[in-house]
Amino acid sequence: MRTDHPARLVVRVLVAAVLAGFALFFVLPMVWLVLAATKTPAGLIQDNPLSPGSIAALLDNWRHLMSFQDGTVATWMGNSVLYAALSVALTLLVSIPAGYALALTRFRGRRLLLVVTLVVMLMPATALVLPIFLEFSYLGLVNTTASVVLPMSFFPFGVYLTYIYFSTSVPAELLDSARLDGCGESATFARVALPLAKPVVALVAFFSFVTNWNNFFLPYVMLPDSDNYPMQVGLTQMLAATPTFNPVVGANAEVQPPELVLATLLSITPVLLVFLFSQRFLVAGLTAGATKG
Amino acid sequence: MSAPAMAAAGSRAGSRSRAWRPAAGHVFVSGYVVLLVAFGLVPTAYALNLAFTDAGGRFAGLANFVRTAQDHRFLAAVGHVGTYLALWLVTLTVLVLALALLVHRLAAAWSRAVLRFVYYVPGALAGASSVLLWLFMLDPSVSPIDGVVRTLWGSTFVAVVAPGHLPWLFTIIAFWTGAGGWIVIMYGALNSIPHEVIEAARVDGAGPLRTALRVQLPMLRKWIVYMLILSLAAGTQLFVEPQLISQASFGVVGTDYSLNQLAYLYAFDQNDFNGSAAIAIDLLIVALCCAGLFVAKGGLFDAD
Repeated sequence: MRTDHPARLVVRVLVAAVLAGFALFFVLPMVWLVLAATKTPAGLIQDNPLSPGSIAALLDNWRHLMSFQDGTVATWMGNSVLYAALSVALTLLVSIPAGYALALTRFRGRRLLLVVTLVVMLMPATALVLPIFLEFSYLGLVNTTASVVLPMSFFPFGVYLTYIYFSTSVPAELLDSARLDGCGESATFARVALPLAKPVVALVAFFSFVTNWNNFFLPYVMLPDSDNYPMQVGLTQMLAATPTFNPVVGANAEVQPPELVLATLLSITPVLLVFLFSQRFLVAGLTAGATKG
Repeated sequence: MSAPAMAAAGSRAGSRSRAWRPAAGHVFVSGYVVLLVAFGLVPTAYALNLAFTDAGGRFAGLANFVRTAQDHRFLAAVGHVGTYLALWLVTLTVLVLALALLVHRLAAAWSRAVLRFVYYVPGALAGASSVLLWLFMLDPSVSPIDGVVRTLWGSTFVAVVAPGHLPWLFTIIAFWTGAGGWIVIMYGALNSIPHEVIEAARVDGAGPLRTALRVQLPMLRKWIVYMLILSLAAGTQLFVEPQLISQASFGVVGTDYSLNQLAYLYAFDQNDFNGSAAIAIDLLIVALCCAGLFVAKGGLFDAD
């Protein structure tokens, strides 16, 4: 009935074209990244950008990548996993109860804490990186795991997300009735609020993991020792050793472009896996509220 | 301890202990408050202290601010970041809302799910990874979109990353990594609008466009404000993109393109932590003013 009208049809085609065009924009670089990792250095330049290379070239690139500075890439990946996992665990431990309390309980200083959280959330991270560096330098903790994990665990965005979720999706009456039924504060949180909070827990965990995994500036300043680099900082060291982007390294370059591509691919794989694993939660968490049974 | 036992203990203890005991809320926020103080408030106070003192720790008034603002690199960096922010925030808002509304209107559930997924996947890339990928995308010799790159910006990588192009390039990188997440969030917020409201608008004769402008967008206001504030905060932090591009640009782009790069140079090249802190405080004040405006206009505390 609606598609009969020619003007409507034109609009539909236009909408489809726009949506498909943006889909291409988002997906094309990723496709290229996967394909380029399977090419030889010469093939990367000469072949069609969207043609596949060969398994042999991929294995070759992998071998070169793993032998780069005696396997330092594996160390960087391990560091990234360690830093991100520890800070996500700490973030969840402190953010979920805090967001819950801000949204659904009343206590002195609550409004002040909300405002301070919002303000700190808005502060450019760089404004804090330098003073935090000095703080850790004073404590003698620079170049330690704690010097990146602890600051990364402070995630006001997560607290705010939890606060928004609880204050918009969980009715206060639900908790009041739990309290009337004899639940203490901790039991109300653990038995009523926490099960309802699964979507926001997944959401905060995901965002904090992605943020921490991709964090560049803090480890860049905090960790002078290459052995402690996470993958993100390590990538810049590889960039500096690639002839395409740094002519100074010349012919005997340590890193060829396809190896840099493979390293980039490697650096995003864990986040992609976590995303695929938690995608259902993410969408459900953003849409479903407790009131909609 | 069972809940009734706790309640009984509470009533026996009477009003004296109630005055002493912190509220349950205090216990729940305690861990967060410790982190907030250690990595939010103390460093901020320290930065303020540094910004208003000289290298010897004596009070310096506004000297650090004046000195850094008179640095010829400072005004240039302000212009760079300002141009980028204007371009980025406008592009982000318009495209994210348009795409979220369009995806939300699609009839087939599978196409909505596929598009949300496809738009969101690049969100996995940020920081150095996304910049590196885009260095390749912008290099005409290997890029799959080399035709587009050549037409818009030039036929060599060095021509492409000319300083005048950078606000556009940074906007594209930031949109590519960040927009999908916001599209998913806006989509979720659109889903949470009660069906009856949309139905009522339709019965009243509103078409899709008017429903979007008069009903859906106003109901998303809180989320739009939220997006703008976070994107602004992220935008003023511009660091890794120009840092990597300057490293790969054969010297076309200096390491003083953005304000944060300048703050970094002050601290680590010139050993001038006071000047660095002054720039950091400048950035903070700008971000706070804009955020305050958004909060006041957007009713972010409506939930109270």
